[in-house]
Amino acid sequence: MGSFSLHASCLAQPKLPWSNDCSQNLNSLKLPALDALEPYMSKRLMETHWGEHHHGYVEGLNKQLEKNDILYGYTLDELVKVTYNNGNPLPEFNNAAQVWNHDFFWESMQPGGGGMPELGLLQQIEKDFGSFTNFKEKFIEAALSLFGSGWVWLVLKRREKRLEVVKTSNAVNPIVWDDIPLISLDTWEHAYYQDYKNDRGKYVNAFMNHLVSWHVATVRIIRAEAFVNLGEPKIPVA
Amino acid sequence: MAATATATISPPCALIPYQGLRGALVSTRTFQSTKNQRQCGRAAAAPISAKFDLKPPPYPLDALEPHMSQGTMSYHWGKHHRGYVEKLNMQIVGTDLDGMSLEDIIILSYNKGDILPAFNNAAQIWNHDFFWESMVPNGGGKPSGDLLELIERDFGSFEKFSAKFRSAASTQFGSGWVWLAYKANRLNVGNASNPRPSDEDKKLVVVKSPNAVNPLVWDYLPLLTIDVWEHAYDLDFQSRRADYVSMFMEKLVSWETVSARLEMAKAQAVEREREEEKRKYEEDNKNSSNEAVEMYLDSDTEDSEVNDQM
Repeated sequence: MGSFSLHASCLAQPKLPWSNDCSQNLNSLKLPALDALEPYMSKRLMETHWGEHHHGYVEGLNKQLEKNDILYGYTLDELVKVTYNNGNPLPEFNNAAQVWNHDFFWESMQPGGGGMPELGLLQQIEKDFGSFTNFKEKFIEAALSLFGSGWVWLVLKRREKRLEVVKTSNAVNPIVWDDIPLISLDTWEHAYYQDYKNDRGKYVNAFMNHLVSWHVATVRIIRAEAFVNLGEPKIPVA
Repeated sequence: MAATATATISPPCALIPYQGLRGALVSTRTFQSTKNQRQCGRAAAAPISAKFDLKPPPYPLDALEPHMSQGTMSYHWGKHHRGYVEKLNMQIVGTDLDGMSLEDIIILSYNKGDILPAFNNAAQIWNHDFFWESMVPNGGGKPSGDLLELIERDFGSFEKFSAKFRSAASTQFGSGWVWLAYKANRLNVGNASNPRPSDEDKKLVVVKSPNAVNPLVWDYLPLLTIDVWEHAYDLDFQSRRADYVSMFMEKLVSWETVSARLEMAKAQAVEREREEEKRKYEEDNKNSSNEAVEMYLDSDTEDSEVNDQM
């Protein structure tokens, strides 16, 4: 995912990872390919979700940071954790976390996604959930039972050293507890309503079968292994 | 279909004030009330199973066009609201909650904040009933009479109230509701009266609540609500919640309904006060009969000795 260098004025257009134009800078007038996820996530939905909602969080955050000296110079990750304030969030948290969450969400998907992970990630899923099918069921069940607005995550728990499915409300995300998310699904209604109306189940299935990027999840867990030791210790006998 | 064959004991069956704040409105929905009266007649004969009905809004689904589209209404009422009714019915079957009124289920399952599974569905049913009734075709404008007076007394002016309401609706993060409520008093518990009566007692207040929570659980009397879950405005307004709220205030609010609810709320508040006073009076009388014990101090005699010496 890379660290997000946050300078109060440079956080302009939210990023989309699969854009045609790689030079995403302040002055770039080219839009990313908002139709790349059709037909599972329509261009119209992307225009609203990325262009209005995500953009709104970025602008809201920038406005708040303009008036705030203490929060100057943090990276986005740091900003999210600091404004979470151990569960008593500061006013900037909702915006900061939602910016982070949406960046992470776009990157968790790809055109032609879905299917299954391979190799090490698949092994880890099978170890922690029994089977990939079991994990998938758990993930879908979490998405369907989340009441209100929120997110569903496949997370590597740092202390427990295992993968888990986690639901969070509103803007909360697992990095505030120092855990390492691998994929996320936005279950705020704005994420699917235009395409699926109230049928959240159909949306979740479309995500799992056609959008989720196991490639990115693999990259993320590889990076995570620099911080979390997932292997069994090989203790020599005698 | 099982639901229609079974006799239902739902609140509008008897048109009594117990239905609370909405009792005054039943007369506007004559179709609904006669249907329930017919069901009341059958209730005695059929086996009793209490299931909640999906009440239709007091106007057809396209009546709020062009402000709230028929598309939105058909999903909002037809899928979301219906879903809550169906889910609650499944949840309460065969449990203690079966047979209770909707409001009782809400208070019970709120469980002082540690919500039980039935709460979300029950409260959302109530919230949506209340929401449809808060709107009317060609609504909006300004309130009048007592309601306007109270608004001006408690917010300064109607414009100030409107601004406060809109601001609350825009800042309720995530899913939820925003309310105009009559805060009668007091969180009184069985053996203690409110130790800290607040400035805001017996006043109108604007409050916001997350997800399914509603002011009944805080013992307020709701008068008006707006649904700010995204499903309420996504099809018509996408991300522009502020526009949705403006539209609601300017074109849809049924001030007549809100006024009727206020009258009921005031009556309820007066009733409560009377009960309060009666209870206090009874308690005082009980206490005074226990005060007959007098105390004589032995040191009376000692004191006089001391005084003599001095």
